[in-house]
Amino acid sequence: MAALINVPPRAKRGDIIEIKTLMSHIMETGYRHTADGAVVPRDIITSFSCRYNGTEIFRADLFPAIAANPFISFFTVADASGTFEFEWIGDRGFSATAKAAITVE
Amino acid sequence: MRELIPMTRQDDTTRRHFLALAGGAAVVGAVQILTVRPAEATPAMQSAAIRDVVGTAVVHTGKVKLDIPPLVENGNTVPMTVSVASPMTAEDHVRSIHVFNEKNPQPNIGNFVLGPRAGRAQVATRIRLADSQKITAIAHLADGSFWSASVDIVVTLAACTEEVI
Repeated sequence: MAALINVPPRAKRGDIIEIKTLMSHIMETGYRHTADGAVVPRDIITSFSCRYNGTEIFRADLFPAIAANPFISFFTVADASGTFEFEWIGDRGFSATAKAAITVE
Repeated sequence: MRELIPMTRQDDTTRRHFLALAGGAAVVGAVQILTVRPAEATPAMQSAAIRDVVGTAVVHTGKVKLDIPPLVENGNTVPMTVSVASPMTAEDHVRSIHVFNEKNPQPNIGNFVLGPRAGRAQVATRIRLADSQKITAIAHLADGSFWSASVDIVVTLAACTEEVI
């Protein structure tokens, strides 16, 4: 359950910044079989969200077609110093969070 | 000696019978293996999934740019970037981006919800592709209109359904 977050540590007010996230997860599709024919049960992250100072700025619904260790990158406007909170929710009660701080001048 | 000749002929025919039966069994076996594989999504399932998102609205072509390598060696992780030409203001912005496939077991790839605070309507991720197929990205704009782009991709090594070793 390791997350990699890439947020610029400082930005000018009004800058458009890119946020890159990666969560380590197998993203088992539920369509694979073992050698003796049993289905490997689905185990994926189904939802990802990002909040910027408490307001949700990005959300994604993920499906088995997302590759293992889901990487998601998106943009936002840096308008205030504060924190980004990231949350991943998935099958079998999977839940993980991460935070990143930004200073806006 | 004379009696032996028909004997060998008889032997021959039973062997032929056996081989024919074995061949038939092999064919039956092959058919079973094929039917065990999960059904793949069809273009019809893709359009049904698209209808679930857009409803009865008309989907225009344009504004959306879908960046995927046209020739993919490994379908297990394919970089994909979707960007939409939009000023991203409070009045005119992208609400969401939806990506669909034709031939994976499921027609959906991902739904991405943006807003005017995104600044730039662009999302990147890595996807799985089970076969050479067409990928479609649809953007839902603030005025309620839908815009799309499609790309044909050739995949050499398929993902999603391979056996666990």
